[in-house]
Amino acid sequence: MNIWLIMIVGGLITFGMRFSLIYLFGKFQIPETIQRALHYVPPAVLSAIIFPELFHPNDTFDVSWTNTRLLAGLIAIAVAWFSKNTLLTIIVGMIVLLILNLI
Amino acid sequence: MSEARKYFWEGVRAELPLMVGGFPFGMIYGALALNAGLSNAAAQMMSSILFAGSAQFITAQLVQVAAPALVIILTIAVVNVRHMLYSASLAPYLKDLSLKWKVLLSYLLTDEAYAPSIIKYEKDGLQPYSHWFVFGAGLALWVDWQVSTAVGIFLAAYLTDNDILKIIPLDFALPLTFIAMVVPVLKNRAMIAAALSAGFMALLAINLPYQLGLIVAAFTGIIVGTLLEKKS
Repeated sequence: MNIWLIMIVGGLITFGMRFSLIYLFGKFQIPETIQRALHYVPPAVLSAIIFPELFHPNDTFDVSWTNTRLLAGLIAIAVAWFSKNTLLTIIVGMIVLLILNLI
Repeated sequence: MSEARKYFWEGVRAELPLMVGGFPFGMIYGALALNAGLSNAAAQMMSSILFAGSAQFITAQLVQVAAPALVIILTIAVVNVRHMLYSASLAPYLKDLSLKWKVLLSYLLTDEAYAPSIIKYEKDGLQPYSHWFVFGAGLALWVDWQVSTAVGIFLAAYLTDNDILKIIPLDFALPLTFIAMVVPVLKNRAMIAAALSAGFMALLAINLPYQLGLIVAAFTGIIVGTLLEKKS
């Protein structure tokens, strides 16, 4: 089947999903509980992405001292917690990972 | 107008680490797509027509095994369902924008554009030119994705999956940036619980197909956070 058709249909569906609630939000009244629940989307969704990257790199669970990404990630979390500084967190995290990988 | 420009470039700057983290993925996708049998044009255009990293990866793999079109399309839909969450989450802040802005920002709404944007909104609230931040972040990522795809296609013959990443783990910038963004937001028990429950559920559900684990984990976190908020 035509790859272009697949891409276009897939693209339209994807755009539709991205557009859906943004378009609908003004048109319908959203229940208050849902509005409050929405505030938990960022921490929930980002954690859902972060945890597998740290604990499950390269498609295998690795909760050991040899998992340098996990160690660097935990240190980055600590740096972020105490400094609340985005740039510092990223720089420290990358440097720690590079150093741990070299050891 | 300079206010809009200020927000725009702020969005671009916020996106920079995610662009760094995303560049290797774009390259790998480009190489993968070519190796899966897509033409240069199809591989490149998927990055603007579909413009969704994980869906593009999976599509390339499915094309390689000659999966039926319907399967590919359904897979794209399921893998991208999390974007409805991003849409719902940003919707209150984009409510009063023109249809043109809503369409534009929706088109650019990837995970990487969503994260800094929602953090900015939750931190500073809705300001008159906030949407320019979203535009800056989204457009920056879009350009980054097109360029990295092109590089990947160009270097496809020389790239095997993990060559670059073995030397410099640039892709780690992605989860790192998400960590940097989400941790400062965890200001109370409900937020922390939402993050931890979502994270651990993501690990538990990791073997679910079509990245369903992500959506299951996200909903778990949202429900836990909302329930705990009610209690306190």
